[in-house]
Amino acid sequence: MAATLKLEIVTPEAKIYSEDVDMVTLPGVEGEMGIYPMHIPLMTQIAHGEIVAKKGGVDHYLATGEGFVEITGDRVAILTDMAIKADDIDEAKAEEARKKAEARLAEKLTDEETATVQAALLHSLTQLNVKRRTRR
Amino acid sequence: MPSTRDIRRRIKSVKNTAQITKAMQMVASAKMRRAQQAALAGRPYATLMNEVLAAATAGAGEFTHPLMEKRTGKKRALILITTDKGLCGALNTNLLREAAKWDKDTTVFICAGKKGAQWAGRLKRDLAAEFSYKDTPQFAEARAISKFAQDLFLEGKVDAVDVLYTNFINTLTQKPESRQLLPLGEIKALEAGLEGDGATKALGEATREYLFEPVAATVLGNLLPHYLNYQVFQFLQEAKASEQSARMVAMKNATDNAKQIIKDLTLEYNKLRQANITKELLEITTAQMAMGN
Repeated sequence: MAATLKLEIVTPEAKIYSEDVDMVTLPGVEGEMGIYPMHIPLMTQIAHGEIVAKKGGVDHYLATGEGFVEITGDRVAILTDMAIKADDIDEAKAEEARKKAEARLAEKLTDEETATVQAALLHSLTQLNVKRRTRR
Repeated sequence: MPSTRDIRRRIKSVKNTAQITKAMQMVASAKMRRAQQAALAGRPYATLMNEVLAAATAGAGEFTHPLMEKRTGKKRALILITTDKGLCGALNTNLLREAAKWDKDTTVFICAGKKGAQWAGRLKRDLAAEFSYKDTPQFAEARAISKFAQDLFLEGKVDAVDVLYTNFINTLTQKPESRQLLPLGEIKALEAGLEGDGATKALGEATREYLFEPVAATVLGNLLPHYLNYQVFQFLQEAKASEQSARMVAMKNATDNAKQIIKDLTLEYNKLRQANITKELLEITTAQMAMGN
């Protein structure tokens, strides 16, 4: 019986996280969900938000973008376009990125560009949120 | 018989050429490293996505998606991924020779890269669209190409979509390869193979029943297009890695050739120079002997 979950978080750029955890909380599209070992197989989508991985009583926080999640009894595989550990988030950089994105949104853009900029804005906002929460 | 000055001039010009090709080789090898790394980094994502999708389609039961619909029609589209620039050896030639095998009358071409578009224009093929992509392929570029192909398919203008690109095997070998993109049949592991191992991973335990949240249609409806976009993205990266390595090798050969020519010319130059000196000495001695007597 699996007492731990193998949490894998992968982005197109790299494999961000791959560890055995006790529990994980995901920002599902329809609200947060907590996954424990022996969960029934589930396929779902996640939205921008934070992933909390509980490991040996310690919480690890990660900021994440939109993506897909495959859950089996002993594994949680997350495919997302962005994932960054709370400790690695550079607040100043994220803030700057947010300002830049907001400034860009004020300009006249095509639909495609707007979508890209909005995604970038959401990325930086999520990073900032996660960073600020973990500091408290 | 060329004079020493002619030879000197030729050596100089060959040296210049060698310098240029050497510089291009350096640039290509730097870019090649980056392109290879990018392709390598994208691999875990591609494999995982494959596993997820294989599991999802197998576990979704009766579910079908318009992108999976098999039709009997003959019309096809070919996404042709070539380079923008030349000077990369036989890469494009090989690729376009493959492309010529697609039936002229039933195929529309979607070109990524200028060389493919030029080829399609020259041979009067049906060119549906031309896309460009940067040295480091952007996901947005891949999305544009993939979206266009999906639209063609969904509108029923074509019944299948293939991709023809150069698969990166290693620095010395690149192979033109074609893949079927649409309709999505059974999903096989993507041969992201930087090493070109071509390992189609067995997706054994994919028969599990999955729960979907919110519902299968929504999740798969989002996942399938994303999967296609990502695949095209991976193809672009492969093609880029191939292009840069082919260019590096071509330029290395050019530099080596130039060096060889310089060596030969220098030898010839020295021979000629010595012959001249000997001739002059002979003249001097002869003159002296004539005077002395």
